[in-house]
Amino acid sequence: MISLAGRDILHSWGKFVLTGIGLGLLIGATLTMAGVYRGMVDDARVLLTNSGADIWVVQKDTQGPYAEASSIRDDVYRGLLGMPGVAQAANVTYLTMQVRHGARESRSMVVGFEPGQPGEPGYLVAGRRLVRSHYEAIADVKTGFRLGDRIRIRRHDYEVVGLTQRMVSSGGDPMVFIPLKDAQEAQFLKDNDAIIADRARTAANPALNRPGVPGLLDAVTASQTINHSVNAVLVKVGAGDTAETVAQEIRRWKHLQAYTREQMEEILIAKLIATSAKQIGMFLAILTIVSAAIVAFIIYTMTLGKIREIAVLKLIGTRNRTIAGMILQQALGLGLIGFVVGKISATLWAPAFPKYVLLETADAMRALAIVMLVCALASTLAIRAALKVDPATAIGG
Amino acid sequence: MDEGIHIEGLSKRYGAGDTAVDALKDVNMRIAPGEVVGLVGPSGSGKTTLLKCLGAVIEPTRGRMILGGEVIYDSEQGGWKTKDLRALRRDRIGFIFQAPYLIPFLDVTDNVALLPMLAGRANGTSRVRALELLQALDVAHRAKAQPSELSGGEQQRVSIARALANQPPVILADEPTAPLDSQRALAVVRILNQMASQYQTAIIVVTHDEKIIPTFKRIYHIRDGRTVEEPGEGREIS
Repeated sequence: MISLAGRDILHSWGKFVLTGIGLGLLIGATLTMAGVYRGMVDDARVLLTNSGADIWVVQKDTQGPYAEASSIRDDVYRGLLGMPGVAQAANVTYLTMQVRHGARESRSMVVGFEPGQPGEPGYLVAGRRLVRSHYEAIADVKTGFRLGDRIRIRRHDYEVVGLTQRMVSSGGDPMVFIPLKDAQEAQFLKDNDAIIADRARTAANPALNRPGVPGLLDAVTASQTINHSVNAVLVKVGAGDTAETVAQEIRRWKHLQAYTREQMEEILIAKLIATSAKQIGMFLAILTIVSAAIVAFIIYTMTLGKIREIAVLKLIGTRNRTIAGMILQQALGLGLIGFVVGKISATLWAPAFPKYVLLETADAMRALAIVMLVCALASTLAIRAALKVDPATAIGG
Repeated sequence: MDEGIHIEGLSKRYGAGDTAVDALKDVNMRIAPGEVVGLVGPSGSGKTTLLKCLGAVIEPTRGRMILGGEVIYDSEQGGWKTKDLRALRRDRIGFIFQAPYLIPFLDVTDNVALLPMLAGRANGTSRVRALELLQALDVAHRAKAQPSELSGGEQQRVSIARALANQPPVILADEPTAPLDSQRALAVVRILNQMASQYQTAIIVVTHDEKIIPTFKRIYHIRDGRTVEEPGEGREIS
């Protein structure tokens, strides 16, 4: 038996392919939305992996440093180094801000870290690591900075000496790594006018500028210009110890919050990007419904255009199953064209997105199954219309 | 048994009670294999209803129909003899319509071969059969053409080939010459006569067409649901 659906598609392939392309762009948008979500999850995982930490020690009762503000003293790491099971402990700061390069600005997460310690970018794609104590930076390629660029963070210029990649915050902002001391200063560094105004305000405060206590005002002023806080301490666990055991000890003895890799992943994925995931889920649902409506409408219209031929086919003995099969195959064919166009489109435009878009094969396969299911369901309306056609309408004009 | 078409006391009533309409009243017809008869009558006389009953598309109210020596309907013995009317139409009745109604997405060969294929015959065998018929109808040279590429006369010849594809004992032709000019209309009737004779098929031609009515040897006039048989002129077609 010849394929009636195949012949009909070949006969009106122009209309069919154009419709498939239209549907494909919609499927491409759907796949991209799924890819955006996968990208966010993957970014979160890569962020944790590249930090090189087993435990994140943060301010008590916070979920920092990525989800909430966390501030702990920068000498805490010394105490942690003395605890059993802790192989390495290093301070890190995170600050999302606008980093300027000439007239251009890049929204970035500025990370302060100590070279050779957890928190340092795992690998470079160009340039070198930081060797000077100040004013050098390593930037993620997504910032658009190049080696040798001079970028401005607060009041200081930094030279980009290295480039890394896949280092973005949970919000998708690319990271710029600078020495810890510079980052600590940058967190609270104000402009000169503000500093002068602050000093005048302190000097005018009788509690901080007592006439009988010489040197008090200088000490208070000095303490206001130095930042001794960091956002987190990244801990690496020694061989033979488990992260959970060490984290429990830190929670118990240091009155700080300590998260293991699994717990941090839970915070990032299940909590931090949960709203975004729901948002994307809603878009996916809407796009799926729109796709189904389009397929249903197209197949229904195409079927109505063949009512007379269907009546003749039924009159000359074509079984309902064959006619239903023809319509179903056309709907599936449309879905297949749409899926192929959608997959190609998504693959082509994904790199142009500012955030990482991860197109997983498993997602594509799931999408194919959903597209086919949606097309099959969408064709039922047309099949119903075709099966209702009375073969008698072919007789008698 | 009677070969060809044999109809006894066929009636069809639409509706019931006061609004009932008797579209066919005690119709009797007998058409021999190889014979072509005309079925002539004004609009609303019951021609289409008779065709639909014969085509197993609607069920008569009463009577008996025998096609190709086989009783297909007998109101006194439970109505249709088969539940699969679709297969009955496919295997035992050929249809030719006012417009050719070829399937636009199949080429000429497959339009004809579709019927044997639907009957379960192999694609190759079906296409060989189609080509034989196209040859007989002098349209084999358009075998690979799409229906939209054919002239009106060629399309009608292909639709005749399609009607003959499963070698049915009966062909029902519903105003097959309506869209054609005199010359082509007469050519179609000549072909129908040839095919009826060649394949021993009984053909009923429903028509209003004054050009072709004189060509029939026998004519059934239908008026108000009743048929009257009259001899036709049987004029030769040059």
